[in-house]
Amino acid sequence: MTSDILLDVHNLVVKFPVFGGVLLRRVGEVAAVKGISFQLHRGETLGLVGESGCGKTTVGRAIINILRAMSYRVEISGRVLYKAATGDVDLLPLTRQEMRPYRADIQMVFQDPYSSLNPRKTVDQIVGEPLRVHTRMSRAERADRVRWLLEKVGLSARHVNRYPHEFSGGQRQRIGIARALATNPKIVIADEPVSALDVSIQAQVINLMQDLQEEFGLSYIFIAHDLSVVRHISNRIAVMSWGNIVEIGPAEQIYKHPQHQYSKTLLAAAPRPDPAFRRRRSG
Amino acid sequence: MNQLLSIRGLRTYFYTESGVAKAVDGVDLDIAEGEVLGLVGESGSGKSVTALSVLRLIPDPPGRIVAGEILYKGRDLLKISQDEIREIRGNEISMVFQEPMTSLNPVFTIGMQVMEVIQAHQQVSKDEAHRRAVEILTEVGIPEPESRMKQYPHHFSGGQRQRVMIAIALVLNPSLLIADEPTTALDVTIQAQILDLMLEMKERRKGASILLITHNLAVVAETCDRVAVMYGGKIQEIAPIDALFKEPFHPYTHGLLGSIPSVDGTKARRLTVIPGSVPDIHSLPVGCKFVTRCPYAFEPCPDIEPPLIEDAPGHWVRCHLYPNGGKPAIPND
Repeated sequence: MTSDILLDVHNLVVKFPVFGGVLLRRVGEVAAVKGISFQLHRGETLGLVGESGCGKTTVGRAIINILRAMSYRVEISGRVLYKAATGDVDLLPLTRQEMRPYRADIQMVFQDPYSSLNPRKTVDQIVGEPLRVHTRMSRAERADRVRWLLEKVGLSARHVNRYPHEFSGGQRQRIGIARALATNPKIVIADEPVSALDVSIQAQVINLMQDLQEEFGLSYIFIAHDLSVVRHISNRIAVMSWGNIVEIGPAEQIYKHPQHQYSKTLLAAAPRPDPAFRRRRSG
Repeated sequence: MNQLLSIRGLRTYFYTESGVAKAVDGVDLDIAEGEVLGLVGESGSGKSVTALSVLRLIPDPPGRIVAGEILYKGRDLLKISQDEIREIRGNEISMVFQEPMTSLNPVFTIGMQVMEVIQAHQQVSKDEAHRRAVEILTEVGIPEPESRMKQYPHHFSGGQRQRVMIAIALVLNPSLLIADEPTTALDVTIQAQILDLMLEMKERRKGASILLITHNLAVVAETCDRVAVMYGGKIQEIAPIDALFKEPFHPYTHGLLGSIPSVDGTKARRLTVIPGSVPDIHSLPVGCKFVTRCPYAFEPCPDIEPPLIEDAPGHWVRCHLYPNGGKPAIPND
C-alpha cells in the first residue's frame, strides 16, 4: 500500500426530500449523509461499517454517481474527487454521459447474488455487458475475456452459456465479481458482498476478493455491517452512524482501541465465537 | 436432567418433480428441561425442517414426515390428532421466526395479534386477554404498551417487531421455545438485545427450554448450553458448548470455525476455507454427507455412512476418523 490517494471525498452531503399531504408537497428532508470526508488510497481496502440506515450504502452510490438516476430530486453537495489517469475530476456534477469513462474505473459488487444478475441472460452476456458498453472489443475478443475472467474468479469457462439460476449463491457472487472486474477497474465498491452467503462460502469469497486485489492492485470500499468480516479485509475502517463518520483509522487501532462511544457500543455488541467471552461479559 | 423433547430417527422428505429431497434423514436430538440447545447449519442442512417437523408444520404435499418419533413430555407428537397438536402449539411449544417483517399481519393491530393467541387457546374474557397482552408486552420491553397495542406492525422497528413476536410466543408460558434465526435480520446492537431478552424470559420461566436454530456460530457461543451441528440432513456433531469451540471433532465443524474471521485477537492473514459448496439435496452422497468437501476423506467415507458415536462424555460425532471412541485424528491448531 502506498499513500497515493485515489479518491478524495470531501464534505459529502446527501439529502432525500420527503413529500406529504394531498398535493405531495415537499414537507421535509432526510439527510442520509451529513457531510462526510475520507480518502481512499491506491491498493487499500477501506471498510465502511455501521448499522442499517447509517448511510453507508448511500455513500457508495454517491461515489459512482447513480443517486440522481435512482431518485431525481435527491440533493447532493460536496466533492468526490477521482484521480483519474487523465487528471483529477469531481464526479458529483457529471452527467451520465460524462460519467461513462470513469464508470469503467469504478465498479460495484452487490449484496444479493440472486437479484443482481439478470435471470434471462447467460453468464457470457452478464459478464460481457460492461465490455460491450465500455470497450470496442470484437465479439470474439469479449468471449475470450469473459472466459479468462470466469477462470480468475474460480468458475469454469465451460459455464459461459448457463443462466444464473444454475449456480449456487456463492457462484453467483463470483459471477458478480467477474462482471465488476471486466473493465479493469481501479476501484471496486462492494456493498455487503458476503452477507447473503453461507458461512463457509463467505470465507471463499473473502479470500477470492483478497487474491484479486493483490493480483490487480484494486482498491476496495468494503461496505458491511459484520464487524469481523470488515476487520479481516480492511486496512482502514470508517465507522458510520446517522450519516456521519464518527471514527476513521487503521483497522487494528479501531478494533483494539475504539475512541468513539458508538464504535465501542458496536464492538461490544458483536457476538464472538467463543463461549468464554460470554462469561467475561456477563461477569 | 429430565428430557423435555426427544427426537428419534426423524426423517422428513420432500417429494418434488426433481426427485425425493431427504431434507431431514435420521435425526436424533434431546432437549433437557431448562436447556438452551443450538442447532447450527448452513442453508439446506435441514435445521429449519427439523424444527417445523416438531410442530408438524411441514407443508404436505410436497413434504412428509416418513419416520421417527418426537417425544414431548413422553407423548409422541407424530401420533396425536390435529386437534391435539394444535393444543400443543403455543401452549406447550411455540416458535419465533426470522422475519419480523412478515411474521406479523400488517392489517391487524399489535394488540389484536397478541390477544388472538390468548383467546384462541384459553377461555378468557376480552378484558383479561387485554390485561395479559399489556403485561407480556411490558415484560418484553415495549414502552407504553397500552397505546402501542393500538398501532400496526409498520409503526414498529425491526427489533421491536421481534420483541412482539417473542411476546406472542411466550404469552401462554410454553415449556419450549423454538427460535429459527431470530436475530438474522437485525443489526448487531439489536441482535444482542433480542438474545439477552430471550435468555431473560427463559430464566423467568423456570424449566423452560430454547431450541435456537442459526447459521451463526458466534450467536450460539453467546447463548447456548449445548450445540448440534447439522449437515446434509443429519446431525454431524453434538457437544457441550465449551467442548465444541475448544475441541471440535468433526472436520465440518473445524471448517466452519476456521471460516469465521475474528473480532478480537490476532488477525489471520487468510481464512481457512471449506472447499466446494453444499451438495444438491436431491443427490446427497451415499456415505458421509460431507465427503465431497472433506479434506480428511479416506476409503470408507464415500460409501459407508458413519454412525453418530460418543467420543467423549456428551460429545458425539459422526465421522470415520473416530472409529470407536478413540483419540481425535485431526490435529488441533
